[in-house]
Amino acid sequence: MSAPTYDLGKLHGGIRLPAEKEQSTAQPITHVPVPAQLVLPLAQHTGEPAHPVVGIGEKVLKGQVVAEADGTVSAPVHASSSGTVVAIEPWPVSRRRGDKAPCIIIECDGEDRAVDPVDAIEDFTAMKPRALQEQILRGGIVGLGGAAFPTAQKLMQAVSLPLEQLILNGVECESYISCDDMLMREYADEVVRGSQVLMHALGIKKCFIVLESDKPEAIKSIGAALAELDDPRIVLKQVPTIYPSGGEDQLVQLVTNTEVPSGGLPSDVGCVVQNVGTAAAVYRWIVKGEPLISRVTTVTGDGVATPCNVLARIGTTLADVIEATGGYTERARLLVVGGPMTGKSLSTDQVPLVKATNCVLVMSEFAGAGEEKPCIRCGACSDVCPVQLLPQQLFWYACADNEAKLRYYGLTDCIECGCCDLVCPSHIPLTWDFRNAKGRLRELADEKARAERARRRFESHTERLTREQQEREQQLAEQKRKARKVSAGDIKGIMKRARDKKNAPKKDD
Amino acid sequence: MDFERREAPFVTPPTDVASIMRQVLYALIPAVIAYVWFFGPGFILNLIIAALFCAVGEAAVMRWRGRDPVTALSDYSAMVTAVLLTFALPALTPWWVTATASLFAVIVAKHLYGGLGFNIFNPAMAGYVVALVAFPMYANLWTAPRMGDLDYHYMTFYETARYTLSGTLPDYLTFDAISRATPLDTVKAGLNNMQTFAEIRTNPMMGDFGGRGWEWIGNFTAMGGGWLLLRKVIRWHIPVAVLAGLLLPSGIMYFLESGTHASPGFHLFSGGTILCAFFIATDPVSAATSNRGRLVYGFSIGFLIYAIRRWGSYADGVAFAVVLMNMAVPAIDYITKPRIVGHPTKRPGKTA
Repeated sequence: MSAPTYDLGKLHGGIRLPAEKEQSTAQPITHVPVPAQLVLPLAQHTGEPAHPVVGIGEKVLKGQVVAEADGTVSAPVHASSSGTVVAIEPWPVSRRRGDKAPCIIIECDGEDRAVDPVDAIEDFTAMKPRALQEQILRGGIVGLGGAAFPTAQKLMQAVSLPLEQLILNGVECESYISCDDMLMREYADEVVRGSQVLMHALGIKKCFIVLESDKPEAIKSIGAALAELDDPRIVLKQVPTIYPSGGEDQLVQLVTNTEVPSGGLPSDVGCVVQNVGTAAAVYRWIVKGEPLISRVTTVTGDGVATPCNVLARIGTTLADVIEATGGYTERARLLVVGGPMTGKSLSTDQVPLVKATNCVLVMSEFAGAGEEKPCIRCGACSDVCPVQLLPQQLFWYACADNEAKLRYYGLTDCIECGCCDLVCPSHIPLTWDFRNAKGRLRELADEKARAERARRRFESHTERLTREQQEREQQLAEQKRKARKVSAGDIKGIMKRARDKKNAPKKDD
Repeated sequence: MDFERREAPFVTPPTDVASIMRQVLYALIPAVIAYVWFFGPGFILNLIIAALFCAVGEAAVMRWRGRDPVTALSDYSAMVTAVLLTFALPALTPWWVTATASLFAVIVAKHLYGGLGFNIFNPAMAGYVVALVAFPMYANLWTAPRMGDLDYHYMTFYETARYTLSGTLPDYLTFDAISRATPLDTVKAGLNNMQTFAEIRTNPMMGDFGGRGWEWIGNFTAMGGGWLLLRKVIRWHIPVAVLAGLLLPSGIMYFLESGTHASPGFHLFSGGTILCAFFIATDPVSAATSNRGRLVYGFSIGFLIYAIRRWGSYADGVAFAVVLMNMAVPAIDYITKPRIVGHPTKRPGKTA
């Protein structure tokens, strides 16, 4: 199957990472059985946490809403199997690297009974885009690439702008991760049909499904699905394998040869980027009525006995997932959620698999970067930076806490891909330093905003006091002026009134 | 199961500072061999003295700063300084000249500015400039290279060692008997005496392009430099820009008036041009940091070398050119900041 390749935009820098994917793609997707207990965090997405709508002791069915979206950017959470809600309490989560956050805990009955898929829609093309977007919101669907931004709100934000194309992101540029690859191999049809739903919801007529050229099997199955569907709007596009070409802005740059403006979104240049897994989830929800209650996740690394991809229910703890694949090896020392470049290292495997979990990487003792040495300004970091920053200068100003220079050198444009970190011969944890520096910039901005508010409050207070003072003075002046205007006749009248009052007979006499 | 928490990335870095410095040292081996071949074993003695004083100086100053001397020494940067400094000095140099230059390089130029990564000046060049200014007689005492028909006087290892340690020559030799003007000196003096470049070239010291012997040192140095480029230890910008900065003006001048100007080939193969292009100007710490900045920095060094050689009072201008441009680096870095992806193509105004 030859896939058409178009002239691509150029990405600055980047790194060729070792793929390390063949371990986990050797076998088909493993289905993880219903666990004894499900842990559903209320915040599995970017934005406001969902609001629980079930009580403790309540029986729930698979696919039933257990927490509603709360706020403008939020997504509901569904029970991923049937059982009883036993607690709503803080539980370790991967977002917080093993620290606790509120979760709904369901004890599964093992029957896996589902609610009737009343929401299934036969013909989505008959729906208005807006209605379709709202329906997608009810499916609890979020971006499955890792950032977990609620899909419906992404669509709603995008449609206010003139859009040209939908880009389905099948680029897994990080080492080890292969969940999108396996999903495309086994569920190519759902991905392709999901893109049709998304195009209808966005009201656009062009879609690129983008993946790296080193995924021949995924290219083949997507190609076959496209051939069967025969939809000229959807085009398969290959990009070279280089990290971080799968980043949203980087992918837009590669595919359309247009840069996403600093601080902007892909929709500013007419693109909407969705992960291929998200498209499949949208299809499952809209056409089959199954909300986002499971996902494909890569379980890999030399710390697990059988590296593979799993289809697991959202809420299954990582311990259960790894157990189902064959357990740990003796060398397991480090548990990472996400890829080796940007993943988070967790303190415990009791955290649940959530909508954002694309990879569980268990590594043996990792030698680490070694001792941090002073920066020798070699510039290896700026050679690999995909946004063309000068990390060596940023590092300098981050150490000096120089806010103006940090902004001038584009700290806020840093995408925290970790490229500079990796190539640094002095082993400076640049990404970590930049993340902290960004935090300080935000704090400073907050502080400034607070100071500004306080200043304005103080100014308006002073202004009010001055105004009141002036008003009082004016009133006084007015009275004085009136008093001065009083004529001789008036005085007579006043004297007369006073006399009358004095001479008036008292009533109780 | 519980795990330890680490920070991403969880990938072992491909390189480290010590390995970069080691590769620079390896790349200098061909140049060392050529230099020792043409100018005798004095180079080795100088190298030992320079290495010793650089190491001792660095260890002492690290201890004085309350840091661990071993971490500083284990990055080999002091050794690179020692080797480059040795290349700048004549093969016959009394030990106190080498020692002064080494200590100044490591203590003043490097550690008083904060150590590796914080030094504004290239330590080796700063040290050499001190030697050049403080001990002009010793720092300019070059012998003729060892080429068959030149009146090269071969000093035995013992004689060389005695001179290096005591500054005295064997009784039967005088300075005048062994010292020879370098090709750069010869050309400078010749042009000042109204000789044409073609006439000067008839001097037996002159080779195909530069001075005899010197050109071969240049070739061997370039071999190491090419290897560094292949290994991506250095990038092409600075070497190319230095050479362009030197060859362009010398080429134009030679083209306009070939009688009174040395040829670009002569400039390329004389003095420290090639060593500067590949090993000295490419010192990352004291060089500009963006690719465009490196081009500006390198070209300016090349141009300054030419200007000093042509119009200055020193025969070779490498050290001064490098040190002068070191001072300009912060400004170059500021001016040549690359456009960040997603930012407007035009330079943002003051408000940005």
